[in-house]
Amino acid sequence: MKIKVKNVSFSYGSIKALENVSFEIENEFVGIIGPNGSGKTTLLNCMAGFLKSDGCILINGKDINKLDRKKVAREIGIVPQIPNISFPLTVFDIVLMGRNPHKKMLEFMNEKDIKIANDAMEAVGIEHLADRTITELSGGELQKVIIARALAQQPNILLLDEPTAHLDIHHQIEILSLIKSLIGKGITAIAVLHDLNLASCFCDKIILLNKGKIFAIGNVKEVITPDNIYTVYGIRVDILQHPKSKKPVIIFPE
Amino acid sequence: MFDHRKRLIKWITIIFSLLVLLIFSIFMSLMIGVMGPIGKGVPDKEKIGMEEIFQILIGKGSYPSTHKSIILDIRLPRILLAGIIGAALATAGCAMQGIFRNPMASPYILGISSGAAFGAALAIVIGLNIFGLNSVQILAFSFALLDIFIVYNIAKYKGAVPTENLLLAGIAVGYFFSALVSFIKYIAGEELRTIVFWLMGGLWNASWEKVYMTFPLAVLGIFILFLFSRELNIMLTGEISAMSVGINVEQTKKIILIFSTLITAISVSVAGIIGFVGLIIPHIMRLLVGSDHRILIPSSCLMGATFLILTDALARSIIQPSEIPVGIITSLFGVPFFIYLLRRKKTVRWW
Repeated sequence: MKIKVKNVSFSYGSIKALENVSFEIENEFVGIIGPNGSGKTTLLNCMAGFLKSDGCILINGKDINKLDRKKVAREIGIVPQIPNISFPLTVFDIVLMGRNPHKKMLEFMNEKDIKIANDAMEAVGIEHLADRTITELSGGELQKVIIARALAQQPNILLLDEPTAHLDIHHQIEILSLIKSLIGKGITAIAVLHDLNLASCFCDKIILLNKGKIFAIGNVKEVITPDNIYTVYGIRVDILQHPKSKKPVIIFPE
Repeated sequence: MFDHRKRLIKWITIIFSLLVLLIFSIFMSLMIGVMGPIGKGVPDKEKIGMEEIFQILIGKGSYPSTHKSIILDIRLPRILLAGIIGAALATAGCAMQGIFRNPMASPYILGISSGAAFGAALAIVIGLNIFGLNSVQILAFSFALLDIFIVYNIAKYKGAVPTENLLLAGIAVGYFFSALVSFIKYIAGEELRTIVFWLMGGLWNASWEKVYMTFPLAVLGIFILFLFSRELNIMLTGEISAMSVGINVEQTKKIILIFSTLITAISVSVAGIIGFVGLIIPHIMRLLVGSDHRILIPSSCLMGATFLILTDALARSIIQPSEIPVGIITSLFGVPFFIYLLRRKKTVRWW
C-alpha cells in the first residue's frame, strides 16, 4: 500500500515541529531517525491522523484527515509507545480490540474476529499469554501484545513509535525481524528508531529528520554517512561495512 | 487459545446470581417495617403476615386495605426507587472511573452533587412553585445539568476535552456551588433543617410518581452506558491507544459523560446526595468480577440496586419508628466490607 506525505507542516503553538515534509513509500520498511526534538514522533502522529497537519497524507489517494477514525484504523495499524495500562484486562481482549475498526457500533465480535486475533497472537509468538492479564507482562511481552493488536486490525500500513525502546537486545532483534517479515506480506512499515545500527540493519529506507525538515532520505548507505551524522547529531563517528550484509555499521571514536 | 465460551458461562452465572440476590433483597425489604412481618411496632395480630404480602402482590385473597396500601403505596415504590437509584449511581460511577481512568472518580466528581444541592437549597429557601410541580426536584436536576454544562465548556480546549481539564474544572465549579450552598444554609433560618436532610440523601419521600419519573431516564442511561462497554474497555488502554483502533475518543467521552450525568442528576434530584454507592460499588465489583466493562457494568448496576435496597431497609428499621438518612448507612456498612475485600486481595494489582 502506498502512503504519500505531501507538504506536511505542523506547529505546537508558535514552535514549528515539522516544515514541508514530503515523501512517498510503498511496501518497504522505513526507519525515521533523527535527534531528540527533530519531529520524529510528530511526523508519525501526523501520519496517523492524531495531529491535524497542514498539507496532506494520502493512502492510496485518500486523504486520511478526511476519513473517520475507523476507516483510518482499517488502513493504518499504530503501535504507540508502550501505553501504561494498569487495568487487569486479558491479553486476548487487548488483541481483540484490534478488530474494533471492522465492527459497527454495536456489532459483536464473531468467530472470524476471534480467529484473526488468535492468528495475530501466533504471528508475534504470544499465544501462550492469551489468558494472562496485561498487568503481569514484561515490557517486551507488552510491546508484542500491542503489535499483535495492530496486526489484528489487518492494516496495510504499520506505524511504530520506538518499538524497541525499553527492550533488551534479544527482544529488539526479535521485534524488528518480525516487522521486516511483514513487508513481504504487502505491509508498509514506518518506525521511529533511535538505534542507528538497528535501523541500518533492518530498514530498506531511512528518513533522517533534523529540526522538523527532512535532512536526507534514501537507502541506508546514502543516509547513514559520517557527514550526515555529524551535521545532524553533532558527533563524529566512523562507519564500517558489515562483513555480510555490506550495510553501514556505526562505531564511536574513542 | 483463549476460551471465551467458558468466560461467557462464568459471566452468565454472575449475572444470574446477582439477579437472584436482587429479587431476594426486594422481598426481604418488603417485609421490613413497623407493621411487620419483620419489625416491632404493633402487636402480633395486627402485623402484616408473610403470606399476606404475596397475596397483595398477586392481587388475590383477603387482607385489610391499610395493609395493601402499606405494601403497594409505601414500601414497594420506595424499594423500587432505591433499586433504580442504586443501579444508576453504581453504573454512572463505573463509567466515570472508566473514562477518567481514575479510581477516585465517582458520579459526583464533576460537581453534579454540588450543583444539584444548590438548586435544591434554593428551591427550599425561596419556596418556589413551578406549575405545581416539585420545585426542589426540578431545580436540583436543572442545576446539576448546568454544572456539567459549565464544567464541560471550561474544560474544552481546541475542540477536545482533556480529562485533566474536566477534573479540575469539575472541582472548581463544584467548590463554587458548595460555597453558594453554604451561604444559603447560613441565611436559611428555619429551612436549614430541611436543607441538611436533603443534602444527606434519603428515600423517605418516595412515591410512584418519582418511580415513574426516574425509571425511563435511568434505564435508558444505564442501557446506553452498557452498550459502550467495548469503547470503555478500549479507553482504559489510553486515549492515543484508543484512537489507534478507530475510537472517536472525543465523541465517545461526550456520550458517556452525557448519559452518566443524566442518570446521576435524576437520581440526585429525587433522593438527594447519597454517597458511597457510586464510588465504591464499582470498586467492589471490580474486585469480584474484574475490569472488563461488559461484565462490570451490568454487575455493578445489579449490585448497586441490591445494596441501596438493603441499606435503605436498614435505614428505616434500625431505630423504628424513626429512620436515619440512608447515606449514613451506606458508608457505615459499605466501608468495612470494602476494606475487607481490599485487604483480602491486596497482593493483586486490581486497579
